[in-house]
Amino acid sequence: MNIHLRAETFTKIRNFFAARNVIEVETPLLSHATNPAPHLNSFCLDNLYLQTSPEFAMKRLLANGSGDIYQICKAFRKDEIGRLHNPEFTILEWYRLGFNHHDLMAEVNEFLKVTINAPESKRFSYGQVFAEFLQIDPHANDLNQLKTAAQKNNLSVANLSDDYDTWLQLLFTHLIEPKLGQEYPVFIYDFPASQAMLAKVRTEEPKIASRFEVYFKGIELANGFHELSDAEEQRKRFIQDLATRQELKLPPIPLDENFLLALPNLPDCSGVALGIDRLLLLAANVTSLNEILCYPFAET
Amino acid sequence: MGTISTNEWKNGVKVMYDNDPCNILENEYVKPGKGQAFNRVRLRNLRTGRVLEKTFKSGDTLEAADALDVELQYLYNDGEMWHFMSPTTYEQYTISKTTIDDSAKWLKEQDVCIVTLWNNNAISVTPPIFVTLKVIETDPGVRGDTATGGSKPATMETGAVVRVPLFINVGDILKIDTRTGEYMSRGK
Repeated sequence: MNIHLRAETFTKIRNFFAARNVIEVETPLLSHATNPAPHLNSFCLDNLYLQTSPEFAMKRLLANGSGDIYQICKAFRKDEIGRLHNPEFTILEWYRLGFNHHDLMAEVNEFLKVTINAPESKRFSYGQVFAEFLQIDPHANDLNQLKTAAQKNNLSVANLSDDYDTWLQLLFTHLIEPKLGQEYPVFIYDFPASQAMLAKVRTEEPKIASRFEVYFKGIELANGFHELSDAEEQRKRFIQDLATRQELKLPPIPLDENFLLALPNLPDCSGVALGIDRLLLLAANVTSLNEILCYPFAET
Repeated sequence: MGTISTNEWKNGVKVMYDNDPCNILENEYVKPGKGQAFNRVRLRNLRTGRVLEKTFKSGDTLEAADALDVELQYLYNDGEMWHFMSPTTYEQYTISKTTIDDSAKWLKEQDVCIVTLWNNNAISVTPPIFVTLKVIETDPGVRGDTATGGSKPATMETGAVVRVPLFINVGDILKIDTRTGEYMSRGK
């Protein structure tokens, strides 16, 4: 169960943020709206949603002048069960004013050193890892190139749509991710704009999102954004998500109008969400979250 | 038999894949934080024994396979067909030489095997992990050499040829691990 490891790690985390004057906050887990991203499946109870992350509520605090904040809380994602997934998990999310995504990557690097004694990390762009492991350019928007790469590696999936990002994710999760960061944490940054989520997209071509992910020992540990504050752009992305949900015959999600209303007042900042259970799994050097959780999901 | 979806593919569940019954060995849920979820699955084709690695979209389904493992007692063979019987129902099964394949060389009358039935037809036979068999042919034993290395072939009563230590003689009863085909010890 590792309850002592969890308690000690929480203390390290709280000290880390106290030393940097980042204050701990608590936001609602149950809300009238939630993230409409098609591949996030929320638990819905009496038309209320258990949050898949505290992002929207924390950004409302930031827009309201909170300054630098962090939160450790539970997040809920339906149907995500596996060696590295649990429908209920502990998330750490923090926001830093005036940071771009590279500044925040530097801070996450420090965080991993302090909390799990990780060695110095390295950074590679999304384009670099596709070039290195698969010899292709993920920003070229050439679906056949992705299909050929999958075929060369004997990777095939029945009934897979021709969605370009789905193919990128298939290649990334199967052929790149397992090889990432075996010795040291690796930051992958600058994702295709189509995977921007809530990140700023830069103006140069090809369109790149200021988003990063952290991998250590083949495990995705965190996801960060240089945060988008353009409410109109954000609404467009949400509406696109809702259209995709409809295509996939997934239930619609009410948009978080309180969040969209607050967004124009969001100060320039970057934020990151990190899976605490996975962090503890790495610290304990075990292979399954079941060895980290108080009780495996099947025993709750 | 109906269909079952990726999240029910637990170790040991039997499904149809490419028209053959398969046993799920491993099912790893793979999901990018922000994208399509996949299940990376290892399955064993129950007819050929081959292990496949396949990726499925999470939520996809496969037909359940009416396959199960039963314990059957080996009775005899007539050179073409091998005859088995259930020790509980006394139902008899005949299994062709091609299906039995390599397992035949370990089968001694009365031994109990694991037989995989698919739609009530036997599709594979797994011999007991350890069998005790009599040596019917080998070079004469070398007296005194019970510890150091060195080995020689010995033909067992079922036809299997096993590498054995030099001190083994015709008529000795040996314990063999059928998974590796290796000599374990002298039996009783």
